[in-house]
Amino acid sequence: MKDLEEIKKYLKEYDGPEMNIMEVCGSHTEAVAKNGIPGMLSKKIHLLSGPGCPVCVTPSAYIDKLISLSEDEKNVIVTFGDLLRVPGSELSLNDVKGMGRRVEMVYSPLDIITLSKKEPERTFIFAAVGFETTTPVYALLLEKLIREGVRNVKLLTALKTMPEVIAYLMDNDAPIDAFLAPGHVSTVTGYGIFKPLATRYGIPFGVAGFKGEELLIALYGIVKNRGNGVVKNYYPSVVTEKGNEKAEEVIDRYFIKTDAVWRGMGNVPHSGRMIRDEFKDFDAGSEGLTEDKKKNKACSCDKVLMGKMKPADCPLYGKVCNPLNPQGACMVSQEGSCFSYYVNKRTD
Amino acid sequence: MMVHGSGGRSTGDLIEEVFKDAFSNEYLDKLEDAAVVPGPAEGESIAFTTDSFVVTPVIYRGGNLGRLSICGTVNDLLMRGAVPKYLTCGFIIEEGADVETLKTIVKSMADTAKEAGVLLVAGDTKVIEGHGGIMVNTAGIGYVKKDINISSENAKPGDVIIVSGNLGDHHACILSERMKVDSDIESDNAPLSEMVSKLSSLPVHTMRDVTRGGLGTVLKELSVASETAFNIYEDKIPVSEKVRDFCGILGLDPVYMGNEGKMVTVLPKEYEEKALSLIRSSRYGENAVTIGEVTDDDKGRLFMKTKIGGVRELSVLEGEGLPRIC
Repeated sequence: MKDLEEIKKYLKEYDGPEMNIMEVCGSHTEAVAKNGIPGMLSKKIHLLSGPGCPVCVTPSAYIDKLISLSEDEKNVIVTFGDLLRVPGSELSLNDVKGMGRRVEMVYSPLDIITLSKKEPERTFIFAAVGFETTTPVYALLLEKLIREGVRNVKLLTALKTMPEVIAYLMDNDAPIDAFLAPGHVSTVTGYGIFKPLATRYGIPFGVAGFKGEELLIALYGIVKNRGNGVVKNYYPSVVTEKGNEKAEEVIDRYFIKTDAVWRGMGNVPHSGRMIRDEFKDFDAGSEGLTEDKKKNKACSCDKVLMGKMKPADCPLYGKVCNPLNPQGACMVSQEGSCFSYYVNKRTD
Repeated sequence: MMVHGSGGRSTGDLIEEVFKDAFSNEYLDKLEDAAVVPGPAEGESIAFTTDSFVVTPVIYRGGNLGRLSICGTVNDLLMRGAVPKYLTCGFIIEEGADVETLKTIVKSMADTAKEAGVLLVAGDTKVIEGHGGIMVNTAGIGYVKKDINISSENAKPGDVIIVSGNLGDHHACILSERMKVDSDIESDNAPLSEMVSKLSSLPVHTMRDVTRGGLGTVLKELSVASETAFNIYEDKIPVSEKVRDFCGILGLDPVYMGNEGKMVTVLPKEYEEKALSLIRSSRYGENAVTIGEVTDDDKGRLFMKTKIGGVRELSVLEGEGLPRIC
């Protein structure tokens, strides 16, 4: 391994062919900005922020469904904070919360069990969004609900998986020469899942951690491997080739692979998960939530998520669309591409 | 639709939009921690401020609503170079509030007032319908000696930026209490009277307590108010290991976390060592450290040199600093 100073020098002075490297993990987008990495790279290396924020890729129909469920006074919608402000086709959960409907924020899905026991006459609906990283927690929640005989908790799922959307991007002309592969997702899936993709598209994948040095080391390795269909693990302290097989097992017990609609991108075959038929009693109606309307027609979240547009090039960016008044989901979440560019004043 | 304030941009916008125009006058318009208004005699001034306090839970590790409500107002007065003197308190208590909890809060207010050297000279109590919540407002005045001029506008190129101790403790404490995470992080809520009193011997340009919105928000506001650039260094920013780990797990940024007993001091570089030793020898100041300097390169901007040698531009806190979900 080269020392960090040499790596920094190489990345700053790189003068080979232009390279677009996409990170498909919102935490990477955030870590890149927080470490000031864009300014440390040569003008020929571009970082693109892809569809790696679960909140950002949730279609409007999903938010609309949660809102319609909130109309029933018996229902309490329970969610992670980020989802509250994501616009549906017209309103957000925060808007209906302001209208007096029950929408509550929790830090862990398991908190919903405590809530549900306090008010057994109500139905608590958890907005279960997320990737491979979060899905095992929902599986454990289901396991707990079944074991404890809790009947007044349901999940509305919008669960997504990474490999299929990466293939979708590559098959749809996204201008990508390499992937900074997601560290958290890889802990569950193992880095092995990226191997077929690397081979098929002939581009390098580098699994990275979230510290500044870890990101630089991974970027260096990725640039060095330009044009090679290889997967390299730069996060070996946490990520293995096979991942967490127990987590995969518990996911499979409760969920089945399905198609999924990604905000702005449409249906991506096999890129989602849904609760298995035998546990459908716990599903609040997650099927068929395919409609995906934009709150503002000029919103370019779709192009941003596919790496075809930089956030700052969207006509709404920083003007009518800002973190206080987000027009698209990418401006809502802390890990959203547009939010991250905006708060960190990124111009790259 | 109102967005709940975290002391960052949404709160600032609300103040601009609703209150500033309606109440506009030369003292209020400065939007400082406390207003400094003319005193009864020529050359003397009075610093005057008010703040309302709501916190869940009302009793937390290292403090409670009562201590918080005294520290908040005392510190706001101190930040204008005033010696805090007299405070009032107003309680709004919802039906069903626990009397023992109320006693704890009041006892703590009395103790903290004593520690800060102020007297609580008037009060009011209202009981309203509700679910047992307790809210406190305190207002306070302090005396400002002749020729003291400490203000957000006064930072000058060549000044150093000193922070009085570890950041994020209060925020991490409250969040861990709310999340029922097993943790022993304590709030830093404290009156900063001793360190400010000691610093009064030095030509301090600016002092600010680093409360909601965190260091990033405060320094950005100071850079704008003083039309200078603030440069800080990530590796110098003091954060305890416990809080750093807590932030790491939840994806929180210590630079934007709230504190209730920390301040930033901006003063000419030649007084840096003296100021550091005065703060470090004061209660609550043992971890004081210089974190950067003021320049005139990019007026109104705040830059942080990151540990790995990158540069990150910081702005005021956007949104509410929620834990990430994946």
